[in-house]
Amino acid sequence: METIIREGTPKTPFVRFDGEKGLVEIKGRSIPENSVEFYKPLIDWLEKYSAGPVKETYVNIQLEYFNTSSSKCILDIFKKLELIHKKGHLVEVNWYYEEDDEDMFEAGEDYQSIINIPFKMIEMEE
Amino acid sequence: MKFDLLEWRKLKNNGELIIEHYGEITPDVITNSLFDVERYFLHSKENSSIKKKAYNVFVECIQNLFHHVEKIPEQLGIGFSGNFGVIMLVKEKGFYRVSTGNFIKRDRFAFLKDRIDQINSLTDLEVKMLYRDILGNEEISKKGGGGLGMIDIVRKTGNKLEYYFYNYNENYLFFSLDVFIS
Repeated sequence: METIIREGTPKTPFVRFDGEKGLVEIKGRSIPENSVEFYKPLIDWLEKYSAGPVKETYVNIQLEYFNTSSSKCILDIFKKLELIHKKGHLVEVNWYYEEDDEDMFEAGEDYQSIINIPFKMIEMEE
Repeated sequence: MKFDLLEWRKLKNNGELIIEHYGEITPDVITNSLFDVERYFLHSKENSSIKKKAYNVFVECIQNLFHHVEKIPEQLGIGFSGNFGVIMLVKEKGFYRVSTGNFIKRDRFAFLKDRIDQINSLTDLEVKMLYRDILGNEEISKKGGGGLGMIDIVRKTGNKLEYYFYNYNENYLFFSLDVFIS
């Protein structure tokens, strides 16, 4: 599968979706006005990937800010990953947050409460 | 007494005005405003948790305006038409305030008031549970909003939303919203 790499912008995150390595990474800030437009190709990519994923998929989410419309799209990404997990493949989410960022920690907890995939909460020093 | 937009702006400009946008809300306006807010906080000695909360609230407020302001007719007599809104970030003693103002048609009044009153009536835990419930169960609206903006603001700030609806004319009200970050 074609690897998706998108550089970060002031409103959208760095993205790397690598099907051969089983790596899904979203880093930076996600505050576009139209989140669906940004995330739809990524969700479509995961749809295709879920048909033949590698044995282990690692997901690194390291967000500085995200707006509420992105929060729905990020959930849609997790839902696609949850389907892969349900089929018996290993999927592991690393949710990174800065040590004083209680809101980002809680956002990780929100997704954990909705999605059934192993989550690791990883605190980063500033 | 007739609502006076200039007086409202003076009323809200009570403290150190960090940024104000008055006029049409476009993606470029949002980008530029966020850049200004970020630049302000870059040089501020404020603790980083408050900076992040204030930035997040500003993002939600200005994007709420972008998604939900009404296209107002020229006859409103304020010198603007289209997607008109006002947003300010003000520093007061001990807290920051994001104030927004926009015209709404009278038929949206009850919905908006009920929604804010409902959110304001909830405890912190109830706000968190409502957020999760909507996040997990509702679709994104056609306008791109997730229906989560105001709930997210209350959750992040831990403060109630303060609002007022001013009579403007027989068709329009002016909706004034204050969010406090402390």
